[in-house]
Amino acid sequence: MKVHPAAWVALVVLFAAVIGLQMLQAEQQPLGLPAGVSANLLYVRSPEFLRRAALSFDALAGDIYWIRTVQHYGQTKLSKDPNKQYDLLFPLLDLTTSLDPYFDVAYKFGSVFLTEAFPLGASRPDQAIALLQKGLRARPDKWELAQELGFVYYWWLMDYESAADWFTRASEMTNAPNWLRPLAAVTLAQGGNRASSRTLWTEIARDADADWLRDQAKLRLTQLDAMDGIDLIERVVEQYRARTGSLPTSWAEMIRAGFLHSVPADPSGKPFRLDASTGKVTLDPTSPLNPLPDPDHRL
Amino acid sequence: MRVIAHVAVNVFKESVRDKILYNLVVFAVLLISTSYLIGELTAGQDVKIIKDLGLASISMFGLLIAVFIGIGLVWKEVEKRSIYTLLSKPIRRQEFLLGKYCGLVLTLIINVAVMTVAFYAVLAYMEVTSPVNIRASWPAPATDLAMLKAVALIMLELMLVTAIALFFSTFSSPFLSAMLTIAVWVIGHFNEDLRNYGATISSPVAASIARGVYYVVPNFAAFDVKLQVVHAQAVPLRYVAVTSVYGITYVAFVLLGAAIIFSKRDFK
Repeated sequence: MKVHPAAWVALVVLFAAVIGLQMLQAEQQPLGLPAGVSANLLYVRSPEFLRRAALSFDALAGDIYWIRTVQHYGQTKLSKDPNKQYDLLFPLLDLTTSLDPYFDVAYKFGSVFLTEAFPLGASRPDQAIALLQKGLRARPDKWELAQELGFVYYWWLMDYESAADWFTRASEMTNAPNWLRPLAAVTLAQGGNRASSRTLWTEIARDADADWLRDQAKLRLTQLDAMDGIDLIERVVEQYRARTGSLPTSWAEMIRAGFLHSVPADPSGKPFRLDASTGKVTLDPTSPLNPLPDPDHRL
Repeated sequence: MRVIAHVAVNVFKESVRDKILYNLVVFAVLLISTSYLIGELTAGQDVKIIKDLGLASISMFGLLIAVFIGIGLVWKEVEKRSIYTLLSKPIRRQEFLLGKYCGLVLTLIINVAVMTVAFYAVLAYMEVTSPVNIRASWPAPATDLAMLKAVALIMLELMLVTAIALFFSTFSSPFLSAMLTIAVWVIGHFNEDLRNYGATISSPVAASIARGVYYVVPNFAAFDVKLQVVHAQAVPLRYVAVTSVYGITYVAFVLLGAAIIFSKRDFK
């Protein structure tokens, strides 16, 4: 049967109308939600139910939940909303790793997303520990997960005994690198010192599975360099005080007195700040290395 | 044997005429477009996701073909009344049925083979274009040949699904056959729960029935090693061999049942 030419025209017009109306729709203000109602929705929360419902497509379902995890983390991290929440992060990671218990990266990156201090992450090292322990139940031979657990205790909880215990366990696993055993010993003997932190971040920067994780490790290493720089300059400030009997009021004063050659700067090139009343040296507020690790951190 | 081959080739030609092979284009577009789009969304897990997606798609496309073509194999001949002409020729009903089965299996083998080649081609491209440090973090190369074990077991699963669809189509309507085949396939994935049912209930009779069903219903979960191969976990050849023998034996059992029912069916 021959199609009437008007039918083709109508088809094109209707298609164009659908596109046009969708563009109009996109310009509308999104409909608001009542106060206190979160837009973050997770229809299914039971990993066991989901694992069964996925039949033989559990790995693919796990990938879909992984993509949702990355999107949830990324969108929340970039959000300017002061009340933003990472409330779905752990349930999503739990679903992902229940659907695909061998998904190492979900455990490793998941623990990074969960531990990172708010607003960059969920500030939930307890959930990261639960996730990594779940990973170790599925993969008892995976030294990387045990090392990651040690790292959470070391860096975020400052529980050096537990950290050393996990580094030791990791060092006893198949194919574990030989730097783990000395790291465990140093952590146990000296707590969190800068040398062991440097070892950890150097290994993370070397072995990272993703560019962003490698970049984060490099940033941490640069921060450690900045902290070394601050320590060094504070010692010079102390020498100045010992010789002159008073604290310097500016870098220029120290340069004139021959204690410095130039204005000291952090590894990003931003000049350090000098507190003339205490002699403390800090980063410039605009430095990309802010914030440095917790001052209570024994680094 | 020649009769079976003749029927089989006709089934394959019919599937080509029915544009069944168009699914290959959909598969290729899905895989290529996903590999292009997915990079930014997965935090570096694009190869793993393409492997999962590729193997799941091979399984899903094959399943749809096996069920929805399988249920019509006999029904179409009855509906068009061509069965009378066919059975008046020197062809036995069992040969007709086996020919139909082999024809659809041939269609599935060609489908799965082409999809597998496209799957490996996309992965080879990803391997070549990925930096060395990223490749080093993969548990196995993108084009790991161990994934062929999963493809082989998917093919065996599809052969069993086809046999079950054909079995139901020898005595029921296409709609009912499709429902029953899908139901058996779904139940076959819950086999582990049937086996462990006894631990959660107090009635020994119910536990025994569940355990009996566990042994009778085809264990489709056994054919699924996609997760293991993607993560480079060991899938011993013995496991593949035992599962293959189990699948082939089950296919023979179902086809024999279908042949018995079909031979008793009255077409007058």
